[in-house]
Amino acid sequence: MNKTINQRAWLFVIPVFILVAFNAVVPLMTVVNYAFQETFANNVFTWEGTRWFKQILRSDRFHAALGRQFMFTGVILLIQIPLGIAIALSMPKKGIGVPICLVLMSMPLLIPWNVVGAMWNIFALPEIGFLGHSLNDLGFDYNFTQQIGDAWFTTILMDVWHWTSLVVLLSYAGLQSIQPAYYQAAEIDGASKWAIFRYIELPKMKKVLTIAILLRFMDSFMIYTEPFVLTGGGPGNATAFLSIDLVKMALGQFDLGPAAAMSLIYFFIVLLVCWVFYNLMMRNEEQK
Amino acid sequence: MKKYKWLIPSIYILFLMLPIYWLLNMSFKTTTEIINTYSLWPQKFTFENYITIFTDSTWYTGYLNSIYYVVMNTVISVAAALPAAYAFSRYRFLGDKHLFFWLLTNRMAPPAVFALPFFQFYSSINLFDTHVAVALSHCLFNIPLAVWILEGFISAVPKELDETAYVDGYSFWRFFFRIFIPTITAGIGITMFFCFMFSWVELLLAKTLTAVAAKPIAATMTRTVSTSGYELGLLAAAGSLTIVPGAIVIYFVRNYIAKGFALGRV
Repeated sequence: MNKTINQRAWLFVIPVFILVAFNAVVPLMTVVNYAFQETFANNVFTWEGTRWFKQILRSDRFHAALGRQFMFTGVILLIQIPLGIAIALSMPKKGIGVPICLVLMSMPLLIPWNVVGAMWNIFALPEIGFLGHSLNDLGFDYNFTQQIGDAWFTTILMDVWHWTSLVVLLSYAGLQSIQPAYYQAAEIDGASKWAIFRYIELPKMKKVLTIAILLRFMDSFMIYTEPFVLTGGGPGNATAFLSIDLVKMALGQFDLGPAAAMSLIYFFIVLLVCWVFYNLMMRNEEQK
Repeated sequence: MKKYKWLIPSIYILFLMLPIYWLLNMSFKTTTEIINTYSLWPQKFTFENYITIFTDSTWYTGYLNSIYYVVMNTVISVAAALPAAYAFSRYRFLGDKHLFFWLLTNRMAPPAVFALPFFQFYSSINLFDTHVAVALSHCLFNIPLAVWILEGFISAVPKELDETAYVDGYSFWRFFFRIFIPTITAGIGITMFFCFMFSWVELLLAKTLTAVAAKPIAATMTRTVSTSGYELGLLAAAGSLTIVPGAIVIYFVRNYIAKGFALGRV
């Protein structure tokens, strides 16, 4: 759409600007403030320069948390995106099945995140949970509170349960926007199922899939509440992702300087990846 | 092959419903039964847990607090985002693209980063433990989201609509309220739904910014774990009840939900 140049449009944006800046600028500056200083009791601050940044960037603890975070985000993206597309492709296109599927599939998205964690906790506990009990009945030695592999399995399964529907809904919206004429033309040409998917459906879903990957990346990279309630980051530190580790450092040990430096590095990584995706998305949109 | 296609969504939905069923199942059991016996349905069916929640004010005020700040946040977010989304969609102005991306960066900010500074900031302006504090803090991620979704919906409305209205002698605000807002009601509905949803499910900030007076239900739930051991039955009942508001609002937007998740851009 061609837009008119109008500087007075700023007046429309001001309420949003004020509300968001109110929340973003002061707290972010507080973080920046802590990141460069050492705090003592009685509000005494001393300038520390980039010491905390160097300390964090070299610390094994941060590397480990970052590694776990990328591992987690990578695994859930690899599972959720293909699975979401597959489910969207096999969903009914019209009739009574559509609203039923949409409403039921959206359910997990509307449950408060700590309830999701608590729900999966009692679902997966070996003695009283359906999942834990069944797996042990089948002869697996399953206990997510003690075994690292099981903790990872449960956390990933929980996230797949929680968020795959988002990918399904997005892909489904993309599929719905394809005109029937495309399918008719493909049928006349005798295109195989794979060819229809590869050359009609997938290109049409490109835009929504970029949004899906962007949202899933952002949210899985910030994940805190669900694994915190489910495993508490344990056993040991096995499922302590970046946010969990950060809160532990800031509120548990009150190491404000390093925690603030870590926050900024953490935020910077998210920004960088999202900036790349955002530009990809905008390019998709301009092509349209 | 085609005949069995319905199996895939059905199995998926079954997988989604299992943990929810398990939670419901537990909410109708007594805590002793949960711990001592494993059964697929309640042996001694009881409403006790639900009765406790509806009669004990520490429990039900949690729900009221949550609903209160969620509604407040939804209204603020959508009201502020509407003119902004219109401006982003229709006009080009100095710094518009940077501003738009800056807004989105706030949607990307991990709440864990902001938890402690938020606590200090809201304490220093005497808003700690109020509903307003939570409603305002959730604007951090809900306003960018609302602007993003609304911008998608508004851009789908042809610009000729605006121009025709001006030719017909409408002033800007009369056009905006009389013609434009009714045209995009579906978009506004969807945006409200998303603001409601993300404010409802968020806990980290809501918990950080409240102590007693505005404590959300999700934080009340964590209390059961610490004080009287594990009151699993109560926890399950409280958890089941948090699903209800979501299930109600989702019914109203069922036909638009996919489009909303695509940020109005399909």
